[in-house]
Amino acid sequence: MLNVSIYRYHPEQDEKPHMQDFQVDTSGKDLMVLDVLFSIKEQDSSVVFRRSCREGVCGSDGMNINGKNGLACITPLSSCVKKNKLVLRPLPGLPVVRDLVVDMGQFYKQYEKVKPYLLNDTPAPAIERLQTPQERAKLDGLYECILCACCSTACPSFWWNPDKFIGPAGLLQSYRFLADSRDTATQERLAELDDPFSVFRCHGIMNCVNVCPKGLNPTRAIGHIRNMLLDRAT
Amino acid sequence: MVTSITSFGRSGLYDWLVQRITALVLGCYTVFLVVFFLSNPGLNFQDWTSLHAQLPVRIFSLMALFSLGAHCWIGLWSVSTDYIKPFGYRFLFQVVVGAAMFIYIVWGIQLLWGF
Ligand code: SF4
Ligand code: SF4
Ligand code: FES
Repeated sequence: MLNVSIYRYHPEQDEKPHMQDFQVDTSGKDLMVLDVLFSIKEQDSSVVFRRSCREGVCGSDGMNINGKNGLACITPLSSCVKKNKLVLRPLPGLPVVRDLVVDMGQFYKQYEKVKPYLLNDTPAPAIERLQTPQERAKLDGLYECILCACCSTACPSFWWNPDKFIGPAGLLQSYRFLADSRDTATQERLAELDDPFSVFRCHGIMNCVNVCPKGLNPTRAIGHIRNMLLDRAT
Repeated sequence: MVTSITSFGRSGLYDWLVQRITALVLGCYTVFLVVFFLSNPGLNFQDWTSLHAQLPVRIFSLMALFSLGAHCWIGLWSVSTDYIKPFGYRFLFQVVVGAAMFIYIVWGIQLLWGF
């Protein structure tokens, strides 16, 4: 029997959050954390969590698993359980809507700020804007982000200033468009970023890199943005 | 773009660069002093004042002093915006740090050129 402790909070009814313990029979299998949540849901249908694709594609089930942010659906018990104990909490730093579900509003706001779409003021070509394989290769490691928020909610700088610091996820996307050969708004994008918070609150702690379930490296992208800003201003 | 008028240079990049350069200056100055102390074991007041009577040393000291002021301001400003959420306390903290840095610099100049 696996001991599972789950963060429970119903803001309209509970005065404060509490942890609830469950026991789950894993039949000795190395299940994913999400499977464990499903069997808990059978025991107590009031436990609330988000999930959709159950294969690490949609980014819905980001949560704090034994102290480390990750996607429940692709985190095997063997990689996180210690001493037969599994502790599940919502992503840190965002308001809790219910149990393991957080309000991602602040996270999306920061994402919106970086204008995560192609800006190009030249006339559209008949078919499509072409890129060389080299130009396309620059987007690898950037476009794969599924916006699960595991990184930003593991970042102390985002915890303290979620309204001002764009956070690793937003900045990774910012660089994705700064690096895109088809985007013509590079200068305007950079001008938007040169304040003491948006980019420069990153202190290179690399929590983001440590937790990203897609193996992406926001810290490196932030370094590239910083170099572009330096190049532009010196 | 997040506006902030209390940061050192308004631009995040500028603050970042100043923080790096001042750290370098402070590092060099520390090494310089440590080497000086190690190579002068029986240091007396005479040696100390004659070291600081030399113009290049004074320039270096002044540079380190300015660097210290800027470095502390940028660092502590950043700490204040991370951890002190009520505006009044945050501003008060920034005023105290700003005043302290200003006092240190003026006092330091007085020490370097005053004797
Ligand atoms: S960078 Fe990684 S951790 Fe961050 S939102 Fe994207 S996929 Fe999730
Ligand atoms: S490297 Fe930067 S963005 Fe990533 S967790 Fe650290 S401070 Fe946050
Ligand atoms: S359920 Fe879609 S990423 Fe986990």
